[in-house]
Amino acid sequence: MIEGVWKRLGAKEVLRGVDLTVAEGESVVIIGRSGTGKSVLLKHVVGLIDPDRGAVRVDGQDVPALSVKELLDLRKRMGMLFQGGALFDSLSIAENVGLPLREHTRIAETQVDLLVHEKLHLVGLEGVETMRPSSLSGGMKKRAALARALALNPKIMLYDEPTTGLDPITADLINRLIRRLQERLGITSIAVTHDMRSAYHIADRIAMLHEGRIHAIGTPAEIQASADPAVRQFIEGSAEGPLLPT
Amino acid sequence: MNETSAEQLADRAPFRFILNGLRDAGEVLILLGDVLRELPGGLRKLPLLVQQMMAIGIGSMPLTLIVALFTGAVAAVQASYQFRDYVPMIYLGTVIGKSVVIELGPVLTALVVGGRVGASIAAELGTMRVTEQVDAMETMGISPTRYLVVPRVVAATLMLPVLTIFADMVAIFGGYLVAVFTLDVSGHTFTSGLRLYFHLRDVFSGLIKSFFFGAIISTMGCYYGLKSEGGAEGVGVATTHAVVASCLLILIVDYLLASFLFRVLFA
Repeated sequence: MIEGVWKRLGAKEVLRGVDLTVAEGESVVIIGRSGTGKSVLLKHVVGLIDPDRGAVRVDGQDVPALSVKELLDLRKRMGMLFQGGALFDSLSIAENVGLPLREHTRIAETQVDLLVHEKLHLVGLEGVETMRPSSLSGGMKKRAALARALALNPKIMLYDEPTTGLDPITADLINRLIRRLQERLGITSIAVTHDMRSAYHIADRIAMLHEGRIHAIGTPAEIQASADPAVRQFIEGSAEGPLLPT
Repeated sequence: MNETSAEQLADRAPFRFILNGLRDAGEVLILLGDVLRELPGGLRKLPLLVQQMMAIGIGSMPLTLIVALFTGAVAAVQASYQFRDYVPMIYLGTVIGKSVVIELGPVLTALVVGGRVGASIAAELGTMRVTEQVDAMETMGISPTRYLVVPRVVAATLMLPVLTIFADMVAIFGGYLVAVFTLDVSGHTFTSGLRLYFHLRDVFSGLIKSFFFGAIISTMGCYYGLKSEGGAEGVGVATTHAVVASCLLILIVDYLLASFLFRVLFA
C-alpha cells in the first residue's frame, strides 16, 4: 500500500521512506513514539496529506493522483477514527452518526434513525442520541465517533490512537470491537497507537515506526520476541536504551 | 548570532513578508474559486445557509444599530459645529444623509460586523480545524468548502447590505434626534435638507460596497480559520489575523470602490 513515502512537515523530515503493505482483511498496528509521524502516515492513506515522494495505493488506486470524484468514492469505502473523536460540536450525537448516511445515501429518514441506533448499540452507547458531543466523556465521544466512522459500512478502517485516554475497561471494549469488526466483517484495519496492550490485542502484524521508517515488522509474537534494542525498549516501556526521552 | 546571519535575517525578513503576502493572496483566490465551484451544491444546504444568515444578520443587528445610532448622533454634532456661522442649518440633513449612506453606514457596519462575525467564523472554523473536525469531514467525503465556507460567505455577503440599510436608517434617525432636541434645528428643516440633493445612486453605491465588505469579512474568517494550526494558541492567532485582514481590506476596497463608483461609473 505505502511505498517509500517521504514527507517533510515544516523543517522536520517526518517520514523518510516508509514502506508498508497491508493485505485485504488484515489488521496492522503501527506503533512508535509520540511525534514519529504515525498519524501523518495514517492521513496519507485517506489522502488528507499527499507525500512529497513515494506512492500511496489503496485497492490499486494511486491516492494522491485521484480526482475529487474518485477520492470521494474511495473515502466512502473508508472510515477513520480520529484521536479526539472529531465529532461535530454543532450537531447532536445522532446527527453526527447519521451525517454520512444523509450525505451519501438515499436512505429514508426513519431508516437512518434505525441505522444510527444500531451503530450506537454496536459501540455500546445507548440513550445519547440527542446529546451534544460536549456533554459526553472522552470514552463516549470516541465510541460515538467510531459509530460514525462505521456508518457507511467501510471496507477499510483507520484508527488514530483508538484507546488513548480511555479507562482500561473502555479501552478493552474498543479493542474487542476493532478485533470483531475485522474478524467478522473482514474489514481491513490500520491502527496507530503506543498502547502495547491494545496493539497485541488487535494486530495481525505490528510495525514499529522509528526515525521516519518502518524499523521492525512482525506478528505480535515476533515483536515480543524481538532482540532489537529499540523495539525491546519500546515494548517494555523503559527510559533506558537507544531511544532517548524527548 | 554572528553579524552575517543577522544581516541575512534583515535581508530576508521584508522579502519573506512580501512572499507570505503573495502566498496568502493566492490561497484566498483559490478558496474563492472553490467557493464558486461549490456554490450550487452549497446553496442546496438551505438550513445551513438560513442558520448562518440568522447568526450573521439577526445576531449582528443590535450591535450594528447601536453603533449606527451614535454614528448619526455624532455626525450631527460635528457637522453643526463645522457649519456654525458659515453654512445654513438646512444643509445639516443633507450632509448627514449623504455621509451616512455613502460612507459611514456601510463602512462602520462592515468594521463592526468584521470584528464580531469575522472573529467568530475564524474561531469556530479554527477550532474545528485543530480538533480534526475538518479532517473528519473530508474523510467522510463531505466538502468543508460546501458545508462550512459557502453558507458563511453567502450569508455574510447577502446580510451585510441588509444590515447596512437598517444602519443607514437608524444613523439618520440618530442625527435627526440630536438636531431636533439639542441643536435647535426643526424637524422640518432637517428632513427637507435630507431630501435636498438626495440621489438614490448614493444609497446603491453604499449597498454595493457593503456587498463586497460582507464577502471580505466571511472569506477572511474562513481562510484564516481553516488555516489555523497548533491548538488554542493557533486559533487565537487565526482570529486576530482574520479581524485585522478584514478591517484593512475593508478600508482599501472602500477606497478602490469609491474611486470606481464615483469617478468612473457615476461620473
